[in-house]
Amino acid sequence: MGSQSRMVSQNLTARLGARKVSAIVLALSLSLFAAGCKKKAPAPPPPPPPPVVSKPAPVIERPNVTQFEAEPTTIEKGQASTLRWAVSGQTSSISIAPGIGSVDASGNRQVYPGATTTYTLTATGSGGTSTSTATVRVTNPVVPPPPTPAPPSRTLADILKSDVKDAFFDYDKSDIREDGRAVLTRNADVLKSVLSQYPNAVVIVEGHADERGSAEYNLGLSDRRATAAKEFLVQLGVPADRLKPVSYGKERPQCTESNEGCWQRNRRAHFEAGQ
Amino acid sequence: MTKKTFILPLLVLAAVAIVPAQNKMVVDILKAGGKGTIAIPDFRGAADAQQYMGTFNSVLWSEIEGSGLFNMAPKTLYPLTVPQTPQDFKPPQPQAQPARRGAPSPAPAAQAPWLTDWSGPPVNATYLAFGYTAVKDNQLVLFGWFYNVTQNDISNAQAIGKLYFASIDDKGARKIAQEFAADILKTFGASSLAGTKIVFVSQRSGTKEIWTMDYDGSNQKQLTSYRSISTMPGVSPDGTKVAFTSFVRGTPEILLHSLETGRRLPFYNQNASMNAQVDFTPDGKSVVFSSTAAGGYAQIYRANINGSGLQRLTNVRAVEVEPKVNPKTGNEVVFVSGRSGPQQIFKMSIDGADVQQLTPGEGQASNPAWHPDGQHIAFAWTRGFEPGNFNIFIMDVATREVVQLTHGAGRNENPTWAPDGRHLVFSSRRGSSTQIYSMLADGTDVKPLTTQGQNTMPVWSK
Repeated sequence: MGSQSRMVSQNLTARLGARKVSAIVLALSLSLFAAGCKKKAPAPPPPPPPPVVSKPAPVIERPNVTQFEAEPTTIEKGQASTLRWAVSGQTSSISIAPGIGSVDASGNRQVYPGATTTYTLTATGSGGTSTSTATVRVTNPVVPPPPTPAPPSRTLADILKSDVKDAFFDYDKSDIREDGRAVLTRNADVLKSVLSQYPNAVVIVEGHADERGSAEYNLGLSDRRATAAKEFLVQLGVPADRLKPVSYGKERPQCTESNEGCWQRNRRAHFEAGQ
Repeated sequence: MTKKTFILPLLVLAAVAIVPAQNKMVVDILKAGGKGTIAIPDFRGAADAQQYMGTFNSVLWSEIEGSGLFNMAPKTLYPLTVPQTPQDFKPPQPQAQPARRGAPSPAPAAQAPWLTDWSGPPVNATYLAFGYTAVKDNQLVLFGWFYNVTQNDISNAQAIGKLYFASIDDKGARKIAQEFAADILKTFGASSLAGTKIVFVSQRSGTKEIWTMDYDGSNQKQLTSYRSISTMPGVSPDGTKVAFTSFVRGTPEILLHSLETGRRLPFYNQNASMNAQVDFTPDGKSVVFSSTAAGGYAQIYRANINGSGLQRLTNVRAVEVEPKVNPKTGNEVVFVSGRSGPQQIFKMSIDGADVQQLTPGEGQASNPAWHPDGQHIAFAWTRGFEPGNFNIFIMDVATREVVQLTHGAGRNENPTWAPDGRHLVFSSRRGSSTQIYSMLADGTDVKPLTTQGQNTMPVWSK
């Protein structure tokens, strides 16, 4: 029995690792032993309870929400806001509604509310319940954001189709006519602006001919028409390396009737988007 | 106005006046004089061979007729008894002396076939082709003879007596008929077209591609599949390469392909907006073509077969296209130029010197193509018609005399000569369809060779 208590004290000694403490504990255990003897005299004394570090009785606090906020508080629809929270005190559950559920005592979470939403954090503990709210205001943008700065909504091909006109030629001629000069002068302005908008684009200057000459001669003739149109545009300041003449002869007519109306439509320089 | 109406009859008169010269030129080209009349009765086949004789007889007839060398004696005039072997000819029995003076001659016995059945009226043939076919040793065999029936002595009559072998089918029947016809033509120094090819452009697959076919329109095959525009073919003199104008990389440029394997061969294109329309020199070592290599107008250039070694031949401010090298001499080039106004045909030496205008300036002239003799060209010309309404003409380059071969039936273009120098192939737009036709150099015997899709720019090659 005595050896038992000694063992305990030795254990304690080993645990505490200080002689002074071991002496105090030994005294304490002896006193407990004496008390036990008083209660149940003949029975062997029970082992001493483990020593308890004495503590003041706990004060049970309500959980305290030290932080619950949204940053930013106002977003545009589709953007994110970050909720941040911190809860102190004893808690058995912390949750955020709507749509998030249980969370840790502190943390953050991105939310993408589709409309203005007030989030409520509820912290529950044995001391009671605390709540806090944070509101994310969601605004609907009035106008769709402009695609800044390029590309524009119209493609190069669209612009060429609507704003750059064909220049027409006389039969078996590649000289730029008076009406062709006017058309090409307007085309030059459009081309200069559109080519600066599309710094990598090249514009194809197609040369075409009517069906009457031989296919072989027309290939040479419409090459000359394409080149003449290009040279005119270059004189007006369109960069030469951005215009590529391509002769189609009579391979790609836009009409096939055998009359002057159709022949004139096919004697042309035409502009298309290149690579 | 009155002046114009007055000139018109004069032009017609002028046209009439040159008709005799035209005929002489055509005669020269066809070498058609004095080949005589030929009789070709239908051959028969023994047993199993007979079913292929329809093909055989029509091919033999059309090969000989198509040569243009002979006057074909119509079959309706032939004797009822047709020889099938030389043994069938029985010399006429010497007429028995009448037993008594004044007694009527005995009615002549049924006469066996004799040469005079064919040389005399109504057939009046000089030549007779005869024979038969049979199946022997798993082959179709033709026993073919070709006789000059004007000979008195039958031992002098035979020009050809030969066996021909082929597979037992229509293809075999066609082959032996062609070989027999080729042997007949060879005895007159003429070559058969059998075995020659026509390279052309067809749109039937949806885009313009290069195609080939046999001389008679059979065996049509697609050579290229670029699904772009492949056009304006030129064929090397040995028939092994085709160079054409392709849009596959945007601007028109030259592509060279083997006609034997179909594969693309290296060709260096000049950095230019246009490289197009190739023809070969007779040695096959260099090419001429139209290019904007120096900027400005399309001009005539020469280069090595792989495109290297560029040499400029013309230098004018006018469109110049379609160079064609004299295939006989190699030292002349005909080409088309706008230097005098509407497109006309010019000639120069291979180094670009000594430029002469060949067509007189009237209308538009295009598509010059040398005759194998190096003395004549065929070309397309709108003379007498509205711009674009071309007809096929031939010209003696030395005298500038011309003969018109087509007469307003459609839009006729891109004539080229057959290797025999006696036939031409060309394209004709009749209605909305452009097809390829062959004809004799006198404008007769026009035969359509294609029917499917749109077909243009034929080149007759070896």
